[in-house]
This record gives sequence, C-alpha cells and structure tokens, in this order.
Amino acid sequence: MSTSTHPDRVGEVIAASTTDFVAQCYELYQSPPLGSLVKTRDGSVELYGVVYNATTTSLEPGRRPIARGKDEASEEGIYRQSPQLMKLFRSEFSTLVVGHRQDDRLYHYLPPKPARIHGFVYLCPPAEVKDFSQSFDFLNILISNPLPISNDELVAAVLRQMSQAYEDQHDFLVAAARELAILLSGQLSQLKAILGRIRP
Amino acid sequence: MTERLGIVTSGSLEKGVEVKLDRPVSVEDMAVGRYVTVEGQKRRFFGMITDISLGVTDPRLAITPPDVSDDFIAEVLAGTATYGTLRVMPYLTIGGDAASMLEGPQPVKTVPSHFSVVNLASQRDVELVFGREDERRFYLGTPLDMETKICLNLEELVKRSNGVFGKSGTGKTFLTRILLIGMLQKSTAVNLLFDMHSEYGWAGSSEGGRVVKSLKQLFPSSVAVFTLDEESSRRRKVSTDFVVRIGYDEIEPEDVTLLRQTLNLTEPAVEAVYQLRRRLGKNWLQSTLDLRESEEAKELLRELNIHESTFQNLLRGLQTIGRLPFLVPQAPDNPVKSALDYLDRGINVVLEFGRYTDITAYVLVANLLTRRIHAQYRDRMERAMGEAGARPRPLVITIEEAHKFLNPEVSSQTIFGTIAREMRKYNVTLLVIDQRPSGIDSEVMSQMGTKIACLLDNERDIDSVLAGVSGKSELKSVLARLESRQQALIFGHALPMPVVIKTREYGSVRSYKELTSGEGPETKEQAEKDIEELWG
Ligand SMILES: Nc1ncnc2c1ncn2[C@@H]1O[C@H](COP(=O)(O)OP(=O)(O)OP(=O)(O)O)[C@@H](O)[C@H]1O
Ligand SMILES: [Mg+2]
Repeated sequence: MSTSTHPDRVGEVIAASTTDFVAQCYELYQSPPLGSLVKTRDGSVELYGVVYNATTTSLEPGRRPIARGKDEASEEGIYRQSPQLMKLFRSEFSTLVVGHRQDDRLYHYLPPKPARIHGFVYLCPPAEVKDFSQSFDFLNILISNPLPISNDELVAAVLRQMSQAYEDQHDFLVAAARELAILLSGQLSQLKAILGRIRP
Repeated sequence: MTERLGIVTSGSLEKGVEVKLDRPVSVEDMAVGRYVTVEGQKRRFFGMITDISLGVTDPRLAITPPDVSDDFIAEVLAGTATYGTLRVMPYLTIGGDAASMLEGPQPVKTVPSHFSVVNLASQRDVELVFGREDERRFYLGTPLDMETKICLNLEELVKRSNGVFGKSGTGKTFLTRILLIGMLQKSTAVNLLFDMHSEYGWAGSSEGGRVVKSLKQLFPSSVAVFTLDEESSRRRKVSTDFVVRIGYDEIEPEDVTLLRQTLNLTEPAVEAVYQLRRRLGKNWLQSTLDLRESEEAKELLRELNIHESTFQNLLRGLQTIGRLPFLVPQAPDNPVKSALDYLDRGINVVLEFGRYTDITAYVLVANLLTRRIHAQYRDRMERAMGEAGARPRPLVITIEEAHKFLNPEVSSQTIFGTIAREMRKYNVTLLVIDQRPSGIDSEVMSQMGTKIACLLDNERDIDSVLAGVSGKSELKSVLARLESRQQALIFGHALPMPVVIKTREYGSVRSYKELTSGEGPETKEQAEKDIEELWG
C-alpha cells in the first residue's frame, strides 16, 4: 500500500457528483469495508461519505479477463505466475455524500459543491466517526437515496461500522435504531429488515 | 421538582387533549384521576388524566407483532413505533394570564398549543387549585399518589343540597362522618341526621367488626343523640338525649303517599287516605284503624265512595304503621320542638333508629319530622325577611336511602323534593346518601350542588350521577375505576374542578386526634376541653 503520506489514505477521487463520488484504490482490493465513513477535502470544506459499493474491473474497458487457474493448485499461484495481472485491474469504491465540515462545524447534509477529482480520500478514525455520529440526521440520506444496493443493507452496514467506534456498541445501536423507528414509521417491513441486520 | 410526562399532540376543549408520553414514562405508572399541569405558551393549565391508551405508528405492528422477547427490538420500539398516550382534560388555568394571577385559578376557555409540555402536578399546584386548610376549608382526603391535602370549602358546600353516592361498602358512611365533623367545625350549619343503622351518633363498626367512635364520642358538647329505640340505645351504652315518640295524630296523608310502594298500597287507597283525613280530622289514623267491620264504617265508605277492597288494602298498610312501637296514641313530648331547641343552640342532632331499620319506619319518621322542622324554618325565615326575627341557623338534613324519598314518583310531593328544589331559600339543605342514585329523580339530582361519588358500577347509576356535567364521558371512566373503598370522585359547586381523593383515614386513635384538633374558632375552646377528656 502506498503509505507515503498518510496511513488512512485509501484512494483518490476519480468521479464526483453532488450526491456521491467514486475513488480508485491505490492497491487492488484495498477498498474500505462497506459502510465505512470516509472523507475528502475541497479547499476549506471536508466532505464525508459512506462507502456503498466497491468494484474491481479491467483497466481496459470492455476487455474481460480469462480463466487462468486450470493447472494451478491455489489461487495465489495464478497471481504468482502472472504478476502483471495486478496491473491490469483496478479497484474502485463509490461513496454516498452524507455531510460536510466547514469552519469546524459539522453539517449532516449535502455540501455546496461536489468533491474534486484527484482529491485524496481518507478513512475516518474512530474519534471522527464518533463525532460525526453524534447526530443521526444522516440516516435520512441513507434511506432515501436510490442506490444500486438495497438501502436497508447500506443503513445496517453503516451503523455496524460506526458502532465499532464506541465502547458501548449496544447503546449506540439502540439509539440509532430508535431514530430509524421514527423515520420508518409506517414502513414496518423495512424497519424490521434493518433491525435484524444490526441486532448486536 | 417537575416530573415530565410528555407533550400535547392533539385534542379539543370538549374532549380534552391527547398527550404522547415520553419514552422513559411507562403507561403502567399512570393512573386516571391524577393531576397534571400543561405548560402552554402563554398559560399554565391544570387538568386531570381521564384516559390512557396505547398507540402504534404502523397498524401492521399490531397484526404482526415484533419479537419483543428480543430485548433489542423491545427497547427500540418502546416509545417510537409503539407509545403510550394520555387523555388530559384541562380544567383550569393557573397562571400566565392576568386573571389567574390576580384571582387564582380560572376555568379554561381554550386548550394548550401543540407540543406543550405536560408535567405531573406538584403539591404546590394542587394547593393553588384547592386551597389550604383554613377556617372554612376542611381536609377531606388526598389526591391519588400525593401527600397534598384536598380541602373542601364547607361554608360553600352547605349552601346547596349535596349527595354522597356509591355502592355498598365503598365508604359512604365513613366519608359522611368525616364530612359532618367538617361541617361541625368549619361551617355555621347544623345537622339533623336520620341515622338508619345507628352508626353516626355514638359508635359505628368498621370492616372486621372493629368499633369506631362516632360524633357524640368525639364532640360530646356539639352533638345530641335522639333515639327511637331506647332499649337498643341503652344496650349499646349510648348516652341519649331524647327518646322520640310519635303520636298517631301527627301522621299526615303525605306520609302515607311516600310509603305507597313500601306498603304495597294501590293508587285509590292513597286517595282514600286524603278523603279520610278530611272527613275524620287530625285523628284520622286512629279512627280509621278503629273502623273495622261496623255498619257505621260501611256507611262511611259508601259515602266516600271507597271500594271495600281498596279499604282492605289501605287498612293492611295502616296496620303496619300502627304496629311500629314508637307510635303511640298520644306522644308525651314534642320531638320537633326538642330537635329545634338543640339545633338552635348549634347542636347537631342524630336520630338513631335502633332496631327499627325497616324502610317504613325510616321513611315515615324522617318525612314527618322534616316536614315540621322545615315548616318552622320557613316561618322563621319569612319573619326574618320581614325583619321580625333572626334568621335560623343554616340546617343540613342528612338522609340515607335517599331514593325512597326522592324517586320520580314521589319527589314532587314530598318535603325532601321541595327542599332539594328550593335550594336554600329557607336555610335548609339536604345531604343525601344513596347506593342507587339512578333511583333519584333526575331533576333533584340536577339541583345538587356538589356530588361525592364513591365507586359505582351500574351504568345507570353512573349516568345519573354525572348527568349534566361537562366532560361526562371522561369522568365516567374515572368514576368506574375508583378503588372499591375509601376513594371518591368529588365535583360541583364547592370545588373549582373535579377531584379524585383517597378519603382521609377514619377510625384510628390518630385520626380522632387529628379530626378533633381542627376546630374552627367558634368551638375551639370546647374542642380543647373535649380533647382533654378524651386523652387525659
Ligand atoms: N375513610 C376511611 N377510613 C378508614 N376506613 C374506611 C374509610 N372509608 C371506608 N373504610 C372502610 O370501608 C368499610 C366500608 O365503609 P362504609 O361502611 O362507609 O361503606 P358504605 O358505603 O356506607 O356501605 P353501605 O352502603 O353498605 O352502608 C368500612 O367499614 C371501613 O373498614
Ligand atoms: Mg353506610
């Protein structure tokens, strides 16, 4: 991993819109886990996002890799045999923008401008995760944005990830789930699906 | 200290407001009848919890209940998807607006705004509303789950006729005793009490056969005990002041009318009584009983056009009356005069019936004495109005089994109906005690100033007690859920708003001490003497 500057640096923005940005990992398969809180900076504004999707694809669009392991005993053997493979693919992750920080204040809603291309993307350390999750206002963004994956999965993944920053994970999850119960009043099945995925 | 319960979410002046409970507050800790304050934007409201319910944000939750054995799920859903609500009836404003600051609690004319915070009422709030114990106000009990004293303005109370209702064993007698002690101490009124079961004068019994002291033991100089049954009184070691005997000639047709149902008399038989009275004069009862089979009798009946069977029916009834042992051809003393003597001196009169607990004796005697005493009062009041004499002391006449006197069939004809209707024109009011208020004429019920209702479980009784009260359906649920004894819902004239109380304790040494020490200025000295005698 390229650790030249910052140990938590996990990638670089390669596409951005108001609601999300895509970052490429410096190393293959090094995407942060689903639901992680990451950030990137644009001048004085720090943008926060949660990872909702990760892909690994061929560098040349349209070209698919072919199966190579027929005569190999292990999967590692394939990469050992053809080290260039690591250079033929790229890992990317998509994040949903859930808030921003400006002049030392946190806002749990969309920033005025999208992320910048080539902005560095960092994984937020536990202290910052805690700070960010003092308010659950971001849950609304997670629930209401159309995503390629199920919103319920994402909400659950985010809360599970965040809870790891807390000593008392149970308390955190109950508080978050209560917020959800209010947001999702009238959508009982969705609430149940999420609760089932975050139950400690 | 404030104990926050939740916030107002909806409602109306007529039906009360809906309050969503905060999460840490459990519905199971709530109780109807309890007091709350609502912190409106401009005013503070004082109200009562009248209903408690459960809500769900999604009706499907009720159809497919979540797995609440899972602590996590239960914890998350409680207070969010599932929640408790209260219905609160605001009755008064107790601050915030000029009127209630200057003049004390005011009746509500609006409701608190959305999301006003609701707190459990503090002791101070309750005192602000009901006042403290003082010269006029008498401590009757405590509100639910509070130590505060609820006090009743007795001077105000006795200005109208009042009622104590509740099914058997709910504490009517105990409560009435306390109320009488209150009147004796805090009002200028005197009481005349028709004591059917001889439990108010000297001693009564409590659950489990324990004996409790009654009025005369606690206030010997303010209470006189009259008896209809000297022997029974003597056996019970009651020191009586007067033995009541009633002469045949004191019985009037009206007394018989009142007994129509009890004596199984037909309509024509009752009419015949009036004819016989006109014909035979003051001594009509004795004369009629003497008529029997003579030719002369037949002649008389023919003349008056009274049918033989009617006469036989009447005779059977009159014989029942004639057999009452306290009835004598000629009474030695005049009980009316004697009672008035005591009452004029501010001494309460309790007339105990001893063994004559059947309703015939009770109705007859109560009606007869009341009619005459009322007539005296009317005379004196009329003279006082013409400035020819002093007004007599306000008189409260207490009767049990009130529906026997005040049922729709007879209430328009009896003295009790008259008293109930004329308010206190002649300085006489009633205190009625009854198990079946639905038996009382609704017009009479509506004239009652203050009603004290212990537990009632019959729908018709509840309806009759609450008829005409605003917020009736809300109070109904409160009334039907009182504890089976020593709790009462009080509402009406003498109170700024309805109140549920746990009646103060009666029957322990301590209770006697407390009750006898709360004397008004008038009788303070005497009370001290009484206490001296009692406690040495
Ligand atoms: N204030 C009180 N203090 C102590 N005990 C009470 C009090 N009120 C009621 N009780 C208890 O409840 C019992 C029943 O009360 P009470 O005799 O007053 O009932 P009631 O309503 O007059 O019944 P009934 O209609 O049969 O005459 C009493 O014997 C007593 O044990
Ligand atoms: Mg009784």
